[in-house]
Amino acid sequence: MLLNLCIVAIKMIYKDFGNYGANIMKLMFFLSDTYTSLKADCRKGEGFLEKDALLTVRGLHVGFRINDRFYDAVDGVSFTLKHNEILAIVGESGCGKSSLATSIIGLHHDRNVRVTGEILFGERNLLELDDEEMNKIRGAEIAMIFQDPLSALNPLMRIGDQIEEALAYHTDYTREEREEQVMRLLKQVGIPKPEQTARQFPHQLSGGMRQRVMIAMAISCKPKIIIADEPTTALDVTIQAQILDLLKELQEETGAGIILITHDLGVVAEMADRVMVMYAGEIIEEAPVQKLFMHPKHPYTRLLFHSMPQLHSKDERLHVIEGTVPSLANLPRTGCRFSHRIPWIPKEAHEKHPSFHEISKDHYVQCICWKHFYFRKGASNNAARR
Amino acid sequence: MSFMQVIDLKVHYPIRGGFFNTIVDWVYAVDGIDMEFEQGKTYGLVGESGCGKSTTGKAIIGLEKITSGKILFEGEDVTRERRSRTSRFHREVQMIFQDSHSSLNPRKRIADILAEPIRNFLHLTPREESRKIGELLEIVGLPQDAKEKYPHEFSGGQKQRINIARALATHPKMIIADEPVSALDLSVQAQVLNFMKDVQREFGLTYLFISHDLGVVKHMCDTIFIMYKGRFVERGTKEDIYGNSKHLYTKRLLSSIPATTPVGREKRKRARKEFEKVYEKMIHKAFDQNGRVYDLIPVSDTHYVSAPSARELLEIGKESEMGGSR
Amino acid sequence: MWKTIVRRLLLMIPQLIALSILVFVMAKMMPGDPFTGMITPDTDPARIEELKEELGLNDPLPVQYVRWVKNALQGDFGKSYTFQRDVASLIGERAMNTFWLSFVSVILLYLIAIPLGILAGRYQQSRLDKFIVFYSFITYAIPTFVLSLLFLYIFGYKLQWFPTGGSVDVEAEPWTLRYIWSRFYHILLPAITYAILGTTGVIQYLRSEIIDAKTMDYVRTARSKGVPMRKIYTKHIFRNSFIPIAAFLGFTITGLLGGSIFIETIFGYPGMGQLFVYSIAARDYSVICALVMLYGFLTLLGSLLSDIILSIVDPRIRIE
Repeated sequence: MLLNLCIVAIKMIYKDFGNYGANIMKLMFFLSDTYTSLKADCRKGEGFLEKDALLTVRGLHVGFRINDRFYDAVDGVSFTLKHNEILAIVGESGCGKSSLATSIIGLHHDRNVRVTGEILFGERNLLELDDEEMNKIRGAEIAMIFQDPLSALNPLMRIGDQIEEALAYHTDYTREEREEQVMRLLKQVGIPKPEQTARQFPHQLSGGMRQRVMIAMAISCKPKIIIADEPTTALDVTIQAQILDLLKELQEETGAGIILITHDLGVVAEMADRVMVMYAGEIIEEAPVQKLFMHPKHPYTRLLFHSMPQLHSKDERLHVIEGTVPSLANLPRTGCRFSHRIPWIPKEAHEKHPSFHEISKDHYVQCICWKHFYFRKGASNNAARR
Repeated sequence: MSFMQVIDLKVHYPIRGGFFNTIVDWVYAVDGIDMEFEQGKTYGLVGESGCGKSTTGKAIIGLEKITSGKILFEGEDVTRERRSRTSRFHREVQMIFQDSHSSLNPRKRIADILAEPIRNFLHLTPREESRKIGELLEIVGLPQDAKEKYPHEFSGGQKQRINIARALATHPKMIIADEPVSALDLSVQAQVLNFMKDVQREFGLTYLFISHDLGVVKHMCDTIFIMYKGRFVERGTKEDIYGNSKHLYTKRLLSSIPATTPVGREKRKRARKEFEKVYEKMIHKAFDQNGRVYDLIPVSDTHYVSAPSARELLEIGKESEMGGSR
Repeated sequence: MWKTIVRRLLLMIPQLIALSILVFVMAKMMPGDPFTGMITPDTDPARIEELKEELGLNDPLPVQYVRWVKNALQGDFGKSYTFQRDVASLIGERAMNTFWLSFVSVILLYLIAIPLGILAGRYQQSRLDKFIVFYSFITYAIPTFVLSLLFLYIFGYKLQWFPTGGSVDVEAEPWTLRYIWSRFYHILLPAITYAILGTTGVIQYLRSEIIDAKTMDYVRTARSKGVPMRKIYTKHIFRNSFIPIAAFLGFTITGLLGGSIFIETIFGYPGMGQLFVYSIAARDYSVICALVMLYGFLTLLGSLLSDIILSIVDPRIRIE
């Protein structure tokens, strides 16, 4: 394993510095840095070597300040986003999925949030860029769509002006060209009367239309990556279906990579190519969507599927996951973080220092407890009662 | 035998305007609906935001003035009585809301929150009251030391259980639940839904379950009302609605639910798109010349669909069948 | 929009009627009557009775009220017995003085408060912010008369930078350049005092609006578009934070018009406020009634003005 990592690191370094004639000192430093960071997140080392990687995240930690100490809400996450794929990150509230997304586009406030690790976009580590350099990437190369389109739009600015804003900073179009572009974008996202809509204010549109505007804004500069944070949670199901279909079509047209953050397994099933399941700041399972839905492995993923009401008939009880996610400050940082939610699985069944295992092609699972996991008889009874 | 009926309920809001701020138009939030409730059953009220489903719940319990219509409770007309805080109707019919957090007073301890309905309706001695609160906490599976705590010390699922405990305090016959699990995570949602079923079995409760989540409704409800623009477009048992829906609107709603498997999603998407075209072409047929959704007509003992006549219902049904299938 | 304005103006009528009844009844309930000050021990009581009869003071109250209103509507608020002048023209003259004082005060107030509010909100928690907040609490805590007297003493008597009373240099020919300058010069010290006292509200309001706006989702959206922070402040945050301030303008103006009582009295500036205080001391009821009516009318007008401004600056609020 260690040897393997070393080889990986060296390969990578050659790739990065080969052209410039490697400076030995630089190489040494880099080697030791990479090695420690790799050792820290001893997982899925091969992932980032893939040629079509659009974004590579390595050993990402996002810590929030609570009473002058930083607690990691995202705790050592590594993954890659490929060209032309929709990568879904699923998890319940507080699992760190939104913090993860926010750190990719660099929207955390420096004072109260500490972000460490690497986010490689092309040759550059986004975490090392200053705000000015980041502003050239935000909106142009990486765009974001938010959950609540009403509050995400400036209530006092016309729709057209808000879409134009991104174009003004990232293109050298003239004003007329930008306005033309706005009309084209509004048409592209399926708004029936673009001229009229461009002159309107956000409150004059319906929820679905507002989210279409948000999408138009996000794709305005043809970004390579779109981060969609719960894009349909605030919408009705019929509108949700339309927005998801639109997102998918646009993705197919532009070949962008989408990171889709959601808590809704139904949305994942309809949209994703690949899925990562997050629990308590860690990725606990990663697989292509078919595999994840057909053969979920990690106990948390399996339990989550079991608590979906859609899959049950009326008289069946829904599965309840025992206990609760500990708060950020009380989160155990060693061992399998899910172990206390499945107390009937013996301690020995967990790894002491859980790592991410590839159990079949492209299917990764954290810890080995999945091998020993079984549904407890009667566990579906509400554990809190009697 | 139904113990409660809602007859031709209407809630209209005036729109004021013009020079003297007179009423220029009305919003027909709820426009003539009939419901009846049997003991121990769960009724689902489904629709998109703004269709009037929450208004219906609030109107029944008396939080909303009704324009016309009647509410009968055990044979008695309680339309007037329901607005008085201490009436028997209020004791027997309780409500819980979506936002479990803001429906609990943050400055009150759980014991005081639970004591409020008891003091209003039951007139117990302090000792009996304390015992009663203990019982309620036990029913909803919270430890006894919860009494002295404040709402912010509980998680979302626990808070919603406290809300249910408060609703149960007066031994109601019916609970109107307005999106009770929409704000909760999947695993917590499962816990609350299971729990609601448990207390239903234990106390023979009737639920009116208001939700936009068709998956949850399918899991919980016996009879389902589909609401659209203040009126019912379809009502039937779970099998009628999910297996044999007749109204175009219901079909569209069902076709929009994301599936729980990625298998066949391309096909589903194509079908959805095609169905959308049919829907757009046909939906005007759901309304009469006044722009009102037609009255319900029976297609079987349990299944009612809004349509101008039985024959036309079949015709519309056929055409929409050709477009989308699911 | 015009319809609404006209409707609002019409709605003012019943409010003004209610106010006029209140004012009239209160004035009548006060001890004394217009002759109180003129009576000497050797005045013939019969003569007083005669005068009372002549002026209609013995008529039943409703009759007197209707007569008062009728005259008021024709611009006749009676005669001030202390000034021996027509109330309307007396107030008219003073009103102009007060208007100019308020006008300069409003401009100074916003000139001081807006930059301070912006700086405090922009650099929240910085030393500058703490200093500005401290300043605004100090000015809030100081009573009007203390600061006024202090300024009068320092800048008026000690340093002699400003005149200490009056509204214009008596030697100046009306509407020459010197006259205009002199008026402005007389207004300046009371206006500065007045503006400083009024800044607290605007600073605090603007500051908290900006701090709120910073955490808004649309700011996050703008950042995700790659808009530089500097531009986000000018294009998104400040613009949106000004709305409540702009809407408050109507109230501020009428507030200043009505609130100038202390300032005018202390600085000896012949405005409505000074007249009001003087009339109360002298029991000059016809002046008091007219002034109260005027203040009431201005307050109503101010709230209408605020609503109109709000509907212009905030697209979410439209007056039909």
